[in-house]
Amino acid sequence: MAATASASAPLLRAEHLSVRYNGRMALEDVSLSVGEGEIVTLIGPNGAGKTTLVKTVLGLVQPSAGSVFRRDGISVGYMPQRLAVDATLPLSVRRFLSLWGPVRTDALEAALTEVGAAHTLDRAVQALSGGEMQRVLLARALLRQPDLLVLDEPVQAVDVHGQIALFELIGEIRRRRQCGVLLVSHDLHLVMARTDTVVCLNRHICCQGRPEDVSRHPDYVALFGKHAEALAIYHHMHDHAHADDGCVVPVGQEHTPHALHHHDHGDHAHGDQDQGDQDGGDQDHGPQGPAPHDHGRTPGEHRHG
Amino acid sequence: MDDFLLRALLGGAGLALVAGPLGCVVVWRRMAYFGDTLSHSALLGVALGFLFGIGLNTGVALVCVGIAVLLSLLQEQRRLATDTLLGIISHSALSLGLIAIALMESLRVDLLAYLFGDILAVTGGDLAWIWGGGAVVLVILALIWRRLLALTVDPDLARVEGMPVGRIRLIFMLLIAGTIALAMKIVGILLVTSLLIIPAAAARRFARGPEEMAVLAAGAGLLAVAAGLGLSLAADLPTGPAIVAAAAGLFLAGHLLPARGR
Repeated sequence: MAATASASAPLLRAEHLSVRYNGRMALEDVSLSVGEGEIVTLIGPNGAGKTTLVKTVLGLVQPSAGSVFRRDGISVGYMPQRLAVDATLPLSVRRFLSLWGPVRTDALEAALTEVGAAHTLDRAVQALSGGEMQRVLLARALLRQPDLLVLDEPVQAVDVHGQIALFELIGEIRRRRQCGVLLVSHDLHLVMARTDTVVCLNRHICCQGRPEDVSRHPDYVALFGKHAEALAIYHHMHDHAHADDGCVVPVGQEHTPHALHHHDHGDHAHGDQDQGDQDGGDQDHGPQGPAPHDHGRTPGEHRHG
Repeated sequence: MDDFLLRALLGGAGLALVAGPLGCVVVWRRMAYFGDTLSHSALLGVALGFLFGIGLNTGVALVCVGIAVLLSLLQEQRRLATDTLLGIISHSALSLGLIAIALMESLRVDLLAYLFGDILAVTGGDLAWIWGGGAVVLVILALIWRRLLALTVDPDLARVEGMPVGRIRLIFMLLIAGTIALAMKIVGILLVTSLLIIPAAAARRFARGPEEMAVLAAGAGLLAVAAGLGLSLAADLPTGPAIVAAAAGLFLAGHLLPARGR
């Protein structure tokens, strides 16, 4: 099937990808797609194959099975996880940005301004802080006029405030340019508000869907354990989505409006109520609450949702 | 000035102009040991060149190219760390070269001249090799320069941008191999890498950009060749080692001056 034919096809589609590294399966039967203006976030623990998946859809790693379709003629802006330039190479940001193809100076300055790093133009790349480097890498990707941005852990080595600012920037870029974004993160709570689809990966796809649903999915909870609980708390405080009756908001379409309802009315219910939620929210409360599925008690077991 | 001195100076200068820019990339890509390995294998090329009657330079160039290709193939496999691989190839090739030369009784060569160079014996033909070959190396280097820098910074990014990373990497290895074949006569196979590495390292402190560093390295190489020849004449020192010592002196002296680059 030629995914390249129609304009309504996704920008990127991966089907049943498997990747084998040294006889070990790094990825098994992974499918995903990214459409125009859509932010898809890959999330999973260390060693889950997030970077492998990104490299495979970029064509840097050959899958042992499955295939990757890219819409014809689209340009991809890739931001790698990290980039360390050897100290012996004297390289200014200006020069670094011009290494990847011809760029006009004003375009270069505009891209740096767009990511809020205009002041770094004539600095050596080795002298940049972690956050500045990430912004410069993002500017580099933007200079390619990308239809699809692929960002591998863009907030590494950036402090929490910087992380939030960077994610806001990415959301803004998506709005402005209407490009698709494939984002790798290991912090769901940070990307939650700015993501359309979350794919939770642990060599295979554990679960995927809207961020609110994934954060409550038993496989997600099992995968992240205590951490997931902390994330859920963060989410509750952040979005005020308390399930204040102790009800576990289950995954599933029919319950989503319910969750959204709490969104709207829960913002006054902080304090003790929150405490209750923290214990109950997603992990332990499940069986006690009126939820239809037995959610929290399946640690280590991955159901294919 | 005597003819042989002029030829020595011209030969050394030609080499320095090529080795400077090329050496910068070797330093940036952390390939110093790779250069060493290639140059150590050059002695095997000398022996084979005699054995098959194809000439020294051709023999050396062929063996260096062969080793470069072999290395890039082995590196793809990633069974052994690169430095281990280089250590194995470097010293086995040097030993094989020494054995081959010892076995060929008809071959009467001045081994020291190959190991440490014999710049004062540079002929007109050698000069043609050095300047002609050097020009080819520099032109090719200029053609792949931007992409070479890009893949030095990050090979994955370069690949995503559609650059032929494997091919550029191979071309660069071949350029090093060719330069070593050119340089052997001047400083000898044991010292070749120093002409690549030391001027580049000396230039780093004063360079603000990659091209500036390449030009400065070529200049530092020129200075080292001139100073080394002068030293060798004045104090009757072996010339190849005197050039390398002069380069090292420049490197040290550079550290006494305030840095310009960052």
